[in-house]
Order: sequence, then structure tokens, then C-alpha cells
Amino acid sequence: MSVVVLGTGMHPWGKQGRPFAEYGVAAAREALRDAGVAWTDVQFLVGADTIRNGYPGFVAGATYAQALGWSGARIASCYAACASGAQAIDVARTRIMAGLCDVALVVGADATPKGFFKPVGGDRPDDPDWLRFRLLGATNPAYFGLYARRRMALYGETAEDFAAVKVKNSLAGSLNPMARYRKAVTAEEVLASPMVADPLRLMDICATSDGGAALVLASPAYARRLGVADPVRIAAVSTVTPTFPNTVLELPNFATDSSAAVPPPERPFRAAIAHAAYEEAGIGPGDVSFAEVYDLSTALELDWIEDVGLCAPGEAGKLLRAGDTALGGRVPVNPSGGLASFGEAIPAQAIAQVCELTRQLLGRAGERQIEGARVGLAANQGLFGHGSAVIATR
Amino acid sequence: MSLAIDGWFAIEQDGTHLIGTRCAACGTVCFPPQRGFCRNPHCDGESMEQTRLPRRGRVWSYTSASYPPPEPFVAAEPYTPVTLAAVELAGAGIVVLGQVKDLTVDELEVGMEVELTHGPLADGPLVWMWGRAS
Repeated sequence: MSVVVLGTGMHPWGKQGRPFAEYGVAAAREALRDAGVAWTDVQFLVGADTIRNGYPGFVAGATYAQALGWSGARIASCYAACASGAQAIDVARTRIMAGLCDVALVVGADATPKGFFKPVGGDRPDDPDWLRFRLLGATNPAYFGLYARRRMALYGETAEDFAAVKVKNSLAGSLNPMARYRKAVTAEEVLASPMVADPLRLMDICATSDGGAALVLASPAYARRLGVADPVRIAAVSTVTPTFPNTVLELPNFATDSSAAVPPPERPFRAAIAHAAYEEAGIGPGDVSFAEVYDLSTALELDWIEDVGLCAPGEAGKLLRAGDTALGGRVPVNPSGGLASFGEAIPAQAIAQVCELTRQLLGRAGERQIEGARVGLAANQGLFGHGSAVIATR
Repeated sequence: MSLAIDGWFAIEQDGTHLIGTRCAACGTVCFPPQRGFCRNPHCDGESMEQTRLPRRGRVWSYTSASYPPPEPFVAAEPYTPVTLAAVELAGAGIVVLGQVKDLTVDELEVGMEVELTHGPLADGPLVWMWGRAS
């Protein structure tokens, strides 16, 4: 038993300065049109929350349901930071699999302020996300910088390697009408951009964006009734948390767990996220045709490539240099252009990843099309310990 | 001399110490200090004892903030880039993040030994910092 994707919809990413709900509703309407399903036939709507847009953002399910026109549909809203979209997909899918509904709509959208993400306002010394800014000035890119420097020390990677990730992703993004950044960039431009969090420069780090994405999910029986042949199937959704002790320093923490009393788990958190998805889908990394991974920074894409098992630890740079992860390569990574081309619209991003998986698997990815794509993996992680991975097959 | 946060570190004659907790039942160490329940999922411990964490460790990784971080951080004017290091504490199996005092990224290396010290935030209160090992 699994669920199928009947429709995808996206509002182009950017910094358009409109209320987030407009992006979400535009994406939802497109997904419904794509699915050939009327909004009034949708039985369940899940909204992935945004915490930067006031109360309507905290109750995104209701916000979208009202904006689409109250229809009596059941709703849910969920928040899991960058993993909110995957959680929303999982909530919809489990309700369908439980037989409580046949067709569900999943929507995520965000409108972001300019510059660094900062904690939500007020004086909140009990909130580690507030404290890390107050005591250390540790922004999100600071953590990305730590990971990047660690790769350089462990594997001998260079700023040129990281720039090559941006070059690759910007080329793919230049072919994606939904992407915010549509210009292919050169390594020289990346290396000349201002330093932000050493060793990462401005063009190594993903921007924060406005955007919206939506999916119509359904039971296979519902799809058959609509006459849909051979739809994309959601084979797994992994929303696992870390296993104690988590020995990688994670946003927004001040420290890792201690391995003084309990040895570290077999798989670090990011690897465990993908592993759980593979187990659920009954496949392995060797079966993956392409992957969308969370390239919050260029260097982090290389971490993810190893964590999802496309190569051994330390080998991702080699894959990159061989062109394996580029469009046309052995296993393209971020064929959408990734966060490098989109910038992050938090609650929409994991849903957008699944839009790309679906379009690739249906052969509808235009100039970005990966020949013979059968299995797509999307992986992502939300702060405070939220895993997110989706495997789609056809 | 006010501390930017109470109970996380102490400045004493023999140097600056991070204050963590150790579970009386299983020995799991936590920083920042935890109250109540042990974070080891196999442990029922509810007694967390304050413990001084090792003052020395090796750099796990490091970075810098070239642009002034946003509020609630108070940036000095003119702004000098903050250096941050994540340091693996000797024998405690834990990595702790902190600002770095008087060392730039060009002077740091992964694996280098550092020692805990303290220094002021731009608006005055003191915070723990990693410094050159004595």
C-alpha cells in the first residue's frame, strides 16, 4: 500500500513581497488543475507552517482552506522547521493509507525577510535558537561554515570544489522556470563573492526566498477511478529523529550529545534519515536515478551525497569532479537547481523537492529531464532534530 | 563583572570552566546544564549533578562571521568579524561551540589544541570563549 502523486504545483520562487498565503494558494490551484481534482472534492488539507508570518502562518492548514474557500475539508497544520513539508506529506499520506480519506492536498509557502534568518522576536533566554544569536552570534551559515571547514580538513576539498557545486546547480537552475536564480554562474564569480562564514562565500550559501509548492496525493484506487495510469508512487517518507548520542553539532545547539556513556550510533543523523527511507521503500542507494538534497551550502551538498549513500564518506568531491552528479551524469544531484538556484522557502522546500521528483519521473522536466529516471530521492533536515526524506518511484 | 548567562560557565582563579551536568546513574554529560531527566534514552536517571567540563580540547571545526550577526547579538561598531570554534573536549565525548578570543580563522586549524577563557560581548557581559592553549 502506498499513495500516489496526482498533481504538483509551484509558485515561482523569488522575493516578490506578497503574503505567503498567495503563493500557497497559487501552488495549490495549479496542483489541483494538474491532478484534475476539484478543491471541493479534496477531503483533507495539510498546511506546512511558517513561523515568520504571524498567526496565519502557525495555522497554515486553516489559512489555505479559508483562502481556497471553506469546503468542510478536514485539515491539519504542522511545523518541523525545514522538514515541515515532508511532515505535511507524511501526515497526508498516513491518513490516506489508514483509509480515512482518498485524496489530500499538501501546501507549503513562505514569505521571508531580507538577510540572515534571526530568531523570532522578544527576549527569550530559555530558547536555544535565541541564545545562540545572543551569546555567540552563531547564524545558520556559521554552522554551514563549520561543516565546510571540516570537509576541507578531513578530505582535502577546496573552495574551488565548493564553487563547482554552485556552477553545476546554477546551470540546472537556469533551465528551471520555477527557480529564483536563472543565471548560470562561473567558478570565478563564486570565488570572488564576499566571504560570509569562512570558508563559505555569499554564492556558496543559499538565500532565503518566497515561494510556494503543493501536491495532490491520493490512494491508488482513487487514481484508478480518475483513469490515471502509471502515476508516481510515494515509496517512503522518513521523518526520523537522531539516535542518541548525536555527535554532530546541529543547528541551533551549543554542543553535541556526549558519547561518554553511550557510544555513537552506527549511522550519524543525516545518514539515518536516508537509511530509514531506503528500508521503507525496500531499495538501496544503487537504485536511485537522481536525488534532490538540501544544499543549504555548496559544501553541504557534498555531505548529503555521502549521507544518502551515493558514495562513501569523502568521495563526493570525486563524483562532482567526474561530472557524475551533473545533469547528464551517472546520478544527477539537484537537477532542479537545488537551493542554490531557489533559495530556501522553508515550509515549501521539501514539497518542492517532491514536485521535482514527480516531474522527472513523469518525463515532464523539460530541458532538465533525466533520461530513464525511475527512482528519485529527496533528503532534507529540519533544525531541532527533524529528519526528512522521500523516495518516489514509477 | 556580569555574565551573559548564569550557570553555564564560571570564572575562577584556576581559569574559566564550562559547567555541565553529569547523570548520576549513567554518567552522560550535558552542556548546557540539564535539569531533571537524563537524555540517554536507555537511562531512567533523574539526578543531574553539576560538573566542570574539561578546559582543554581540540578544534573540531571553525568559522567566522564576516557580516554582523542579527539581533539579539549586539555587534561592536566598527564590527570586527567574530570567530567561532567547535571544540571536542578532552575525554568528555562532547563538542562545544564558542567564540574564539584573539585568534582569526587564519590562525586556527582542525585538531589544534585550545583552552577555555572568557571575554566580553560588545555590550559588556562576559561569555565563554576559546583561546590559545597555554
